[in-house]
Amino acid sequence: MIENRPFITVFCHLFLLLGVAIIAFPIWITFVAATHDAVRMVQIPLPLWPGDQFFENLDQTWNAGIAGGVNQGVAVMMFNSLVMAMMIAVGKIAISLLSAFAIVYFKFPFRMGFFWLIFITLMLPVEVRIIPTFEVVANLNMLNTYWGLSIPLIASATATFMFRQTFLTIPDELLEAARIDGAGPMRFFIDILLPMSRTNIAALFVILFIYGWNQYLWPLLITTDQNMNTIVMAIKQMLEAAEQAPQWNVIMMTTLLAMLPPVAVVIFMQKLFVKGLTETEK
Amino acid sequence: MLKRVHFGPSVLPFLLVAPQIIITLVFFIWPTSHALYQSLLIEDAFGLSTEFVWFENFEVLFEDEHYLGAFERTTIFSLLVASSSMGFSLVLAAMADRVIKGSMAYRTFLIWPYAVAPVVAGALWVFMLDPTLGILTYGLGAMGYEWNHKLNGGEAMGLVVVAAAWKQVAYNFLFFLAAMQSIPKSLIEAAAIDGAGPVRRFCTIIFPLISPTTFFLLVVNVVYAFFDTFGIIHAVTQGGPAKSTEILVYKVYNDGFVGLDLGGSAAQSVILMIIVIGLTVIQFKYIEKKVEY
Amino acid sequence: MAQVRLDNLKKTYPNGFKAIHGVDVDIQDGEFLVLVGPSGCGKSTLLRMIAGLESISEGVLTIGERQVNDLEPADRDIAMVFQNYALYPHMSVFDNMAYGLKIRGIDKSEIRERVKKAADILELTDEQLSRKPRQLSGGQRQRVAMGRAIVREPSVFLFDEPLSNLDAKLRVQMRIEIRQLQERLGITSVYVTHDQVEAMTLGHRLVVLNEGRVEQLGTPIELYERPASLFVAGFIGSPAMNFATAQINGQGTAVALPGGAEFTLAEGVYPSHADRTVTLGIRPEDLTLSEKAQDNCVLTASLVEHLGADTLVHGHFGTDQTDMTVRLSGIRRVEKAQQLPLEILPEKLHLFDPESEKRLA
Repeated sequence: MIENRPFITVFCHLFLLLGVAIIAFPIWITFVAATHDAVRMVQIPLPLWPGDQFFENLDQTWNAGIAGGVNQGVAVMMFNSLVMAMMIAVGKIAISLLSAFAIVYFKFPFRMGFFWLIFITLMLPVEVRIIPTFEVVANLNMLNTYWGLSIPLIASATATFMFRQTFLTIPDELLEAARIDGAGPMRFFIDILLPMSRTNIAALFVILFIYGWNQYLWPLLITTDQNMNTIVMAIKQMLEAAEQAPQWNVIMMTTLLAMLPPVAVVIFMQKLFVKGLTETEK
Repeated sequence: MLKRVHFGPSVLPFLLVAPQIIITLVFFIWPTSHALYQSLLIEDAFGLSTEFVWFENFEVLFEDEHYLGAFERTTIFSLLVASSSMGFSLVLAAMADRVIKGSMAYRTFLIWPYAVAPVVAGALWVFMLDPTLGILTYGLGAMGYEWNHKLNGGEAMGLVVVAAAWKQVAYNFLFFLAAMQSIPKSLIEAAAIDGAGPVRRFCTIIFPLISPTTFFLLVVNVVYAFFDTFGIIHAVTQGGPAKSTEILVYKVYNDGFVGLDLGGSAAQSVILMIIVIGLTVIQFKYIEKKVEY
Repeated sequence: MAQVRLDNLKKTYPNGFKAIHGVDVDIQDGEFLVLVGPSGCGKSTLLRMIAGLESISEGVLTIGERQVNDLEPADRDIAMVFQNYALYPHMSVFDNMAYGLKIRGIDKSEIRERVKKAADILELTDEQLSRKPRQLSGGQRQRVAMGRAIVREPSVFLFDEPLSNLDAKLRVQMRIEIRQLQERLGITSVYVTHDQVEAMTLGHRLVVLNEGRVEQLGTPIELYERPASLFVAGFIGSPAMNFATAQINGQGTAVALPGGAEFTLAEGVYPSHADRTVTLGIRPEDLTLSEKAQDNCVLTASLVEHLGADTLVHGHFGTDQTDMTVRLSGIRRVEKAQQLPLEILPEKLHLFDPESEKRLA
């Protein structure tokens, strides 16, 4: 603190608390909605304080889902989301580690060509090439499969760049020492590079897990089978159902469940999360 | 780029890059070139015949007032999202930077919306602003304002902007705070000794020094608003009412998947790609600057 | 244990830059050879060529009886200590030392035994063996790096400026330890440094490198007493040797500075160089105060530095412009502008050809 003016400090705290309140308010309302029964949720004004139906709503949402809507508990969707998020995160990390290793540590023909090819993917978000990508996946018979959900999303320039950056900061002497110790390329990769990159891998995992979990457009296109739906997709279907018969208690419980895993990851792995976010921007 | 010390040529590096390269070729390069090609074709409604028409699809697009409208709307939408979200988080970050005690606690409470999917953010806000039941609608009604985004295009735009900006505050706050905390304390102290008060210090020292971050965030926010907000639009307004929230990404999807105008949709994709490439280049220019700075 | 033979080794980089212009050195079994020179002289490149970390463009490198030009570093039977130690940060000290042995498939009990033995030699405790490198001090890391080399029981030790990351006091201590270790193990060693004190104190023989060429190869005393070139003369010794342009007289019996100061030359050595212009080199410690100095050999002091054990006097002879440094032992009360009569033994004068910069006869 530069000057000792308590008034300013108090003001800052008040303002920050207000900011936190504004940011948190929608979640509070969601939580409250998820604790009342359907009847209470159509009486205006809606409650601002939690009710006692939390576990009933949880039970219904988890096992049965919304009436007249998806007609399926969200448990399956949660599982699908989890599988998709894990596959995307692990897949991206694996292939990016390997290609970054090749590009940084090997001199081979077309090295820069490969690098630029990977770089280009940065400029081709799935949203701008939806139809042809969908066609490719359809032709490969990957619709309604976990592979179709994840593989087209796992090529990643960002992750490759981050690992490239990490590897470049590892002193050359370590490779020399390893070579004198008799370690070949893969041995060096597994024994030295991987353990030395583990915080970066963890940080990236946090970011990619969130990225994978929150995918929306892609699962929407790829899964026509209800059993393959992800929870984030389900929100949309429930909102549509709400047009006919609003069951906000169930919808909001679903919403709560849909954001729980990624939010928990951010809060409990905050350090890794912040590192991941800032590192990938380099 | 390459290590001074490296392994010599062998098949191994090819095997190492193979997974990434194959996925890139199959799911990125091939579809993209297909889109490029398709953008030059017109297909009849039944998919029976196709005709190569050069840039006719593009010409049609640029004469289509719906498309131009979507373009304009997307621009307004992104600027609104970027400015409201960045403005709010800049002020919060400035406060958090000042308070020392508790700034990390505030950070925890402010960054988690990053993890919320755009469509979930949309669901939260559409619930609060539901025309009949919404709690905010009720509050606005009590103040004499009738809110109905299902009928009023401006309000629909407001809804998606708020939902999109709310989620992005987390990201912006994090980067603004980090940038402010990396300014050497001695600079701020020197300014204080020179007699600059807190507001003046912020305007003349802190803000100019974090300008690279601000610029970077502007690009990131625009990209976010252009592409990542698809879920919000799709789930909350479906581009309505009366196309008042139909942004470019949504239109590509809608014309292609719902309207089945493959050529037109492909041409729109190509234009979007050009926009992403432009934004990416700007972003990389920034990174070069950052290195100097 | 082995001898190492460098036979006309050359290094040319793909961009055409010649880093090493043909180096011939025979390193004896058990010898401690130091490669010394200023930064960029190619000493590290040469060491890395011996290690196999840089390819050899031309020439033959033999370790023991084997030509090793095309062998991988791991197959050359060498061990190396790096400037930044290059310890694997995620492994314990024990694992750092054991890693190379594990890769070679040596069985666990023997690895443990060898590491323990090396740790004893280096006075590393069991507790330190279980730590991570970052939890150690600079000197301890240095020991671990040497330990990693020792457990390998190689034919040749290679040291790449291993002390340059330590503070001055520790550097002196570790210097002594390395010397004792090498004597005790008797393993042929090649040591790179830019520090001439380190080079002089450690090496049985020194190779002075300059721009990729060997300037001189010899024992520390040979290099000090008979530097083969201006470069070596200037590089070895601290404070550095004084140089001045001078003229040999018609008989080849004395050499004179332009300002008039004249020094007698060793008898019968330079008659063939009579009347020549030369570069005269005088070590600051070779000049001594003398009552019977010749008239012209009087230094006018311009600056005096007291080091305690020595006193450095900077000044010039007569009207000469060239600055001279004189190192007088002990504490001397010398005032600025004071006149100091000086003399030097004839055999301590170094004469160089100004063109070729080589030593004269």
